[in-house]
Amino acid sequence: MLEISKWKFFIVLSVCILGIYFLVPNFYNKTEVTGLPDYISKKQVNLGLDLQGGSHLLLEVDTRAVLKERSEYLVDELRSILRKNKIKYTNLGSKVKGAIVTITDQNKLGEALNSVRKGVENGIIVNSDNNKLTLSFSDQYIIDTNNQTVEQSIEVVRKRVDESGTKEPIIQKQGEDRIIVQLPGIKDPERVKSLIGRTAKLNFHLLDPTTVELAEQRGKLPPGTFKVQNADPTAYEKQFVVKKRVLLTGDRLVNAAATVDAQSGKYVVAFEFDRKGAKKFAKVTTENTYQRLAILLDDKVISAPQIREPITGGSGNISGNFSPETANDLAVLLRAGSLPAPISVLEERTVGPSLGEDSIKAGKKALKIGFVLVIIFMMIRYRLFGMIADLAIILNIVLLVSLLSLIEATLTMPGIAGIVLTIGMAVDANVLVFERIKEELKSGRSIMNSIDLGYKFAVKTILDANFTTLIAALLLFNYGSGPIKGFAVTLSIGIVTSMFTALVLTKLLVTIWIVKLKPNKIYL
Amino acid sequence: MYFNFNFYKYRKIAFVFSFFLMILSIFLFLKKNLNLGIDFKGGVMVEAKFLSEPNLLELRNNVSSSIDGNIEIQEFGEPTTVLFRIEKNSDEENEQKMIVAKLKDSLPENVDYRRVEFVGPKVGKELQIMGLKAILYSLIAMFIYIWFRFSGWQFGLGAVFALFHDVFSTLGFFALTQIEFNLASIAAILTIAGYSINDTVVVFDRIRENLVKTEIPFSELLNKSINQTLSRTIMTSLTTLLALFALFIFGGEVIKGFVSAMIWGVLVGTYSSIFIASPLIILFGFVREKKT
Repeated sequence: MLEISKWKFFIVLSVCILGIYFLVPNFYNKTEVTGLPDYISKKQVNLGLDLQGGSHLLLEVDTRAVLKERSEYLVDELRSILRKNKIKYTNLGSKVKGAIVTITDQNKLGEALNSVRKGVENGIIVNSDNNKLTLSFSDQYIIDTNNQTVEQSIEVVRKRVDESGTKEPIIQKQGEDRIIVQLPGIKDPERVKSLIGRTAKLNFHLLDPTTVELAEQRGKLPPGTFKVQNADPTAYEKQFVVKKRVLLTGDRLVNAAATVDAQSGKYVVAFEFDRKGAKKFAKVTTENTYQRLAILLDDKVISAPQIREPITGGSGNISGNFSPETANDLAVLLRAGSLPAPISVLEERTVGPSLGEDSIKAGKKALKIGFVLVIIFMMIRYRLFGMIADLAIILNIVLLVSLLSLIEATLTMPGIAGIVLTIGMAVDANVLVFERIKEELKSGRSIMNSIDLGYKFAVKTILDANFTTLIAALLLFNYGSGPIKGFAVTLSIGIVTSMFTALVLTKLLVTIWIVKLKPNKIYL
Repeated sequence: MYFNFNFYKYRKIAFVFSFFLMILSIFLFLKKNLNLGIDFKGGVMVEAKFLSEPNLLELRNNVSSSIDGNIEIQEFGEPTTVLFRIEKNSDEENEQKMIVAKLKDSLPENVDYRRVEFVGPKVGKELQIMGLKAILYSLIAMFIYIWFRFSGWQFGLGAVFALFHDVFSTLGFFALTQIEFNLASIAAILTIAGYSINDTVVVFDRIRENLVKTEIPFSELLNKSINQTLSRTIMTSLTTLLALFALFIFGGEVIKGFVSAMIWGVLVGTYSSIFIASPLIILFGFVREKKT
């Protein structure tokens, strides 16, 4: 039988109040919300990048590069171990993830194996096959190394993004070797992208006095040197012959800043080494005065100044062909440090602020018009019952938005579409009930009885029918990315709230009306 | 509104109609192909708003002189807004990245870049697989659900046939209209699938209920069930369509493709739950058990 249960009434009332409580913060902007009194919830629906404008970048860290580096380092290690123990060897070289060597001293095989095992890092597996030693990284070693590489990369990317002045960036790891960077409200994504993407490995070498032309005439480079491109392709010297030995690296830098050189009036990047670096720099510049230094950034020469006097203060200038922006960018890169491995941009989605605003406007308009149309339509079709259903739709939107704020969900344009769609589909549960009541009335049952049965029969169908849409929404959430996830979230929450409002709220209102007013005829 | 249509009588016409719809959809799908967006194909998409209406032909000449690759230029929503889609058959991630910079160089300085999207070939392939998985798994999940929920495999199969019918014809719709097929389209297809099954389940629920209640022949029972649920089917479709049309007209250009697919899906989903799913149960040889 139909009766007004007190606890149901209480539940509906508290849900309504909670709904409004969590809805309210959304009417304030971000700064206003923080100024609200403590007893008011601060949780808001976040606007997705497609609505507030901004950049979404998916980066991939080339972890193989680090493993390759480690393999080459392992070869050096192996060489020094064998030399130290005076063991003769041949065919020493690196492989994909490790190194190999052949021992030529037949009677020193055991000693070689032992000393190598002792000498190398934990996590490197040493195997011997006759006189051939194979060193390979263990799976755990590879995983640890890769994790470390990605973590370091995230740190560097974060520093660079922070330095570029982007507010509230989100930088997080995705999968094994990927990084998601979200930059809300960014004005010049190209600049940030170029900042993020550069490895920024700074190395100090000495320039070999041999010129490229001379080396080409001789047909070979002097031993221990290599050819390096000039970073500025318009410069007079296109290529340099650089000594392979690295004197100092950018890791030793403690500060870098773009300034104007007082003498030349050109933009330079002033840098400062830490104590150890300063000492080394002083030694290098003292030993090699009047020679030319080669400053390499990502394997290109950005500057090749002559050392005019020993530099003992630990600081210096890099003068390249800089504009204010490029000087500043280089300073940012040097301060943030170099990436442990190259990074490539796999995906970029940038929405300008004007499109975001337009989308919000369009979404709001569609929401309002869709809402009004459905409300009027329901009223015309079901009269008083229609109005009750309309109340349910309103509460439905309140609950939907408040739940979205409660979980601090991100609202995207497809998400708004999901809300509008929910308005259209949320009436379904009510329609099912109303049509069922109508049928029961037609078959000659009393009003009370028809309403009671109407709800009883419709509940099963409503649950059945909504479950399938929920399946679709949940799979979308699992597989969708970004904006699509937003759609899946609003759709699934909308389904749940629509079931609640139809089966609890409207039922309560209809029951109150029937029990209190006892109408002898109802129009459906 | 009470209905008493003899839907069962029209099942053959409906089957023939749907059969041709399927053939047409598959034909369009194979012949015209889906207009795959950069989400799946990889490439660069830029939406740019000019101060005054640009000459598209001139633009094309300008852009194609500095960028080689497949360039598509079209008006987007309003005459001053242009959508560029550039696709380059290259697996080199960096090469694609250069395209955005080159494009910006070849356009006037006062252009407002409303949207810049770049999807590398690697991610494009991943998204393809992800989309296929999402569709496949949801179809399987729904099939299993229906199978368990309704006794008799004929119900499950009927619902799944209707579902495939709706999904295929939506793919046909995408191929015919050449609306860009992107991640949002996957969302549209899954929502349509949910909606289609939802509609079918309501009718099936009534059939199941009537099976217990009445003794009339199954074909009559089918008709009765469809008629009884018809005003609900129409009402829900109408309110959903009202909301969708509001989105279509006022919701902005970005989601227009998504919304039009949804509109098609709601129409075809409503049709299939009435004319395809239920009559199929009989076609599959469902016989009601005699009451003793």
